[in-house]
Amino acid sequence: MEKEVILQYLPLYREALLLTLRIGWQGVLLALVFGVACTWIRQLKIPVLKSLVTVYIELFRNTPLLVQLFFLYFALPKAGIRMTPELCGSLGLGLLGGAYMAETFRSGLESIAPIQEESALSLGMTSMQALRYVILPQAATYSISGIVANVIFLLKETSVFSVISLMDLMFTAKDLIGMYAKTLECLTLLVVFYLIMLLPVSVFGSWLERRMRRAEFGA
Amino acid sequence: MEHGNEVLRIEHLHKEFEGNVIINDISLTVHKGEVIVVIGPSGCGKSTLLRCINALEDIQGGQILLDGVPVDRTAKNISRMREKIGMVFQSYDLFPHKTILQNVTLAPIKVQKRKKEDAEKEAVELLDRVGLADRKDDYPRQLSGGQKQRVAIVRALCMHPDILLLDEITAALDPEMVHEVLEVVLSLARSGSTMLIVTHEMAFARAVANRILFLDDGRIVEESADPKKFFACPETERAGAFLKTFDYE
Repeated sequence: MEKEVILQYLPLYREALLLTLRIGWQGVLLALVFGVACTWIRQLKIPVLKSLVTVYIELFRNTPLLVQLFFLYFALPKAGIRMTPELCGSLGLGLLGGAYMAETFRSGLESIAPIQEESALSLGMTSMQALRYVILPQAATYSISGIVANVIFLLKETSVFSVISLMDLMFTAKDLIGMYAKTLECLTLLVVFYLIMLLPVSVFGSWLERRMRRAEFGA
Repeated sequence: MEHGNEVLRIEHLHKEFEGNVIINDISLTVHKGEVIVVIGPSGCGKSTLLRCINALEDIQGGQILLDGVPVDRTAKNISRMREKIGMVFQSYDLFPHKTILQNVTLAPIKVQKRKKEDAEKEAVELLDRVGLADRKDDYPRQLSGGQKQRVAIVRALCMHPDILLLDEITAALDPEMVHEVLEVVLSLARSGSTMLIVTHEMAFARAVANRILFLDDGRIVEESADPKKFFACPETERAGAFLKTFDYE
């Protein structure tokens, strides 16, 4: 391994990391918004929208992100809808993640026994109050590990962004290998940079999970 | 019972679930200060009756009136109505993410908009009455079943309900904890609380009831204003057969 090669490439990887992080977190944020919206529609059982949510979730959970990005970037312009690669990246990630988040929220809500809601109602709470004070705080605690797993999954999925010519980490590594054939250095840097991006999320996630459990259930 | 102090009136209640009749034409009037105990075999509809009164179940016929106002789960005022109907469940169902004090003050503060200090002061007094004031900052999982059930009773009482519905509140408890919970209910009865109690504790039923309702197959089979007499010699054969299943002599 050549040290000076690594030092020379570092700034390029740093650039790529910042881009990956930016699009990745935009995608995660969108995913949370879509996930909450879907869960809301499902909980309120809004007709028509409810079926659309199911179609959306099944569509995005059962097609690869690669295909979704191809569709957004190459097919939609033919229908007159044009987006920058960056917007395609975060929107694609957000749509994929929204489907996963919705499922995670659902299982969190389902883990709360119906009688918890009934106890709240029997004390004169409205359904909204029961949701806000009794159901959601518990469901959030149950969902947190799933949410963190989704975030890590989404940030890893950014590695396919290179297909729509975004200069992310993966693109940078492949590009440099193509030009200078320093395969070992390039891929080592790639692994290290993914770890730099994701290890803090993992560690923060486990800490948050422990903390919420203690705060919520005194355990 | 004199007239005019009626709290709850049930008229021709009818409840079906998936084609099965669960409650078949039950009518009942509960007066202020009355303690009515409902007994009967499993599946006779006694728990469902309580759940209907609290509008946790939809009904297919008849009506339920609290102080003359219909209890209708589709009506706008339903949370207002439920506020006046306290309910304690078999599995206590405290909120696991709240401390004991938060469990019992949540609804008074959020629903009745009472001041936090006032609600807490009253809650501590009531917790003290059931011997649990020193546990107010604990979480439900730190309490025994009997303690949790006493908290659940206090949680309902903090809303100052017009009537308290107790649904087999000792059925999930270890035998030695049953007593501590029933003591609380007995003291409530003595202080004039209006209650409708579903239980399998026959000795307790005899001690606490002003009136006994024996249900079978969704109907009131026998009604007695003299619990001692009912338990000694019930009038219907069905009630007699049921009571016999508690005999081991």
